[in-house]
Amino acid sequence: MKIVVCVKQVPDTTDVKINPETNTLIREGVASITNPFDEFAIEEGLRTKEKFGGEVHVITMGPPQAIEVLRNALAVGCDKVYLVSDRAFAGADTLATAYTLAKTIESIGGADLIFCGKQAIDGDTAQVGPGIATRLGIPQLTYVCKVREIQPDQKKIVVERLLENGKEVVESSLPALITVVKDINEPRLPSLLGIKKAAKVQIPTLTAKDIQADENRIGLKGSPTWVTRVFTPEARGGGELLKGELTEVVPLLVEKLMETKFIK
Amino acid sequence: MATLLIDKETCTGCEACIPSCPFGALSMKEGTATVDEKCTFCGACVDVCPVGAITLKKDEKAITIDLSAYKDVWVFIEHEQGKVSSVSFELLGEGRKLANDLGCKLCGFILGHNVEGFIQEAFAYGADKVYVTESPLLEPYRTDPYACAAVNLIRKYKPEIVLFGATVQGRDFAGTVATTLEAGLTADCTGLDIDPETKFLRQTRPAFGGNIMATILDYPNYRPQMSTVRPKVFPMPARDDSRKGEVIREPLPMTEDQIRTKVLEFIKGAEAVNLADAEIIVSGGRGLGSGENFKVIREFAEVLGAAVGASRAAVDAGWIPYEHQVGQTGRTVRPKIYFACGISGSIQHQAGMKTSDIIVAINKDPEAPIFKIATYGIVGDLFTVLPMLKEEFKKRLGR
Repeated sequence: MKIVVCVKQVPDTTDVKINPETNTLIREGVASITNPFDEFAIEEGLRTKEKFGGEVHVITMGPPQAIEVLRNALAVGCDKVYLVSDRAFAGADTLATAYTLAKTIESIGGADLIFCGKQAIDGDTAQVGPGIATRLGIPQLTYVCKVREIQPDQKKIVVERLLENGKEVVESSLPALITVVKDINEPRLPSLLGIKKAAKVQIPTLTAKDIQADENRIGLKGSPTWVTRVFTPEARGGGELLKGELTEVVPLLVEKLMETKFIK
Repeated sequence: MATLLIDKETCTGCEACIPSCPFGALSMKEGTATVDEKCTFCGACVDVCPVGAITLKKDEKAITIDLSAYKDVWVFIEHEQGKVSSVSFELLGEGRKLANDLGCKLCGFILGHNVEGFIQEAFAYGADKVYVTESPLLEPYRTDPYACAAVNLIRKYKPEIVLFGATVQGRDFAGTVATTLEAGLTADCTGLDIDPETKFLRQTRPAFGGNIMATILDYPNYRPQMSTVRPKVFPMPARDDSRKGEVIREPLPMTEDQIRTKVLEFIKGAEAVNLADAEIIVSGGRGLGSGENFKVIREFAEVLGAAVGASRAAVDAGWIPYEHQVGQTGRTVRPKIYFACGISGSIQHQAGMKTSDIIVAINKDPEAPIFKIATYGIVGDLFTVLPMLKEEFKKRLGR
């Protein structure tokens, strides 16, 4: 089976702090990491390969430094990685990003199964996965928390999707695109040897020309949406610390909450 | 291609622009600001520069479509397990304001099987018109037929704006619809309004876990303008069952053999109240110390009719299933009241609950970051405080 995993490099929000005076993000020294949901996608790709054979190819679209997330993917055992990078991709919204990744997947020979994280933690849109599936004309299975079975010869997959009020068991034809939630597995850590080997790999960069992208459909030019304003939300005012004996504080809190009429 | 231009002559090297960049694309080089390839042309730095040294050049595109062909505001009326999701009604309430500002009609669109009751409800919550595609293939929800039906309706009737709930269902197929139509889609909006001059839809949404907000527009060459909106962002409008409207029906242009997925089974969640819909959530974290101790949380939640949430620490420790996790890698919630019990309040946890109306924090550690965003805080042992709160509420509520 040929498995493709799409990953994204995102700022590590653990490091992101807010400057209390200017109320802006402090970006200095903020590390970049693989989007946490994509780690689960990589792991699921590897597990699928271990069961059914084949190869795991990982792609990421981003600036040259996004190559780091690809090294991490190699270190845990992915077979091939591609950096999709070109100035012409800059400013892409989800429509243009999905187009670019779909063209990339086509240009590396397609896939039997594509794994993505359910969303990236910087943009939080969850739109790129479905966008890729639609561009490729294959079914999508989103919010998957368990792959129940795969029948490669029957070209069939059965998964569990995590909904708001339960789980849904869905069967789909292959090839398909799957977006995964955190619960699906526990990602492995890279071995020392894996890290050493990954460091030596020459990672290919694919440009807009390499993936035969239509220049009107990539980057800012291919994006229907554009950001007109970015601002820091008003900081949530620090509240009231209720001090005193619990026998006084507890009824006081209850009184305050009852006044809101939210508790019925 | 767009370019961000920094005029080296004008730049005074004040560094004001550096922290304004949400993507860390600006840095200082030889006393002036420079931009690298991480720039996404969002323009955040342009307004910040005190000397106007930064300009954003975007290629102006000629408007090649007939904008007047697109009219009305549409709201996707989502339903699951025989019930309309309340976010759809909230969107009808907000859609009414947009429709009034544009001077157009507010319409619902419903896809499903046996949906007569839902049509009446859409009118009751404000729709002037409801578009309906009914077919047994549309029950239960599946991406293929839903996307097909929505694309068919949108292509034929050309709405100017289409709003979806940012639910599992809405997010699953809105992306497919937008890609098929090659239209813009802005996820998880928390604010929508009409630009008084251009009459375009301004969509405001949080990014970076809610640390910044972005206002997004659609280029006029792409219509409709589409957004998803999280539940509980907008209030429920008043219900008026006497309201009536026009129903327009279209068949589903798809057959079962064209649908690539099959729903085999639905496994109902164990909890009575789900987090997305909950008005009140009681969450427990590391401070609970064990899975068994979640009993304290559950008992308190039960008295209030609240849903049970958890921090990542509690989920990772195996004390409670992942479905309960609130935060960046869990669910984002927006209840009226959020109780954080024994939760320190990391930035990731905050990303999932910061927009709750009221936050109550109960923690032993007075330095816990949760107190910085809490509306009310009590420093104390949750095992003492929660049972006392429970008893007090029981008394007040007569339960």
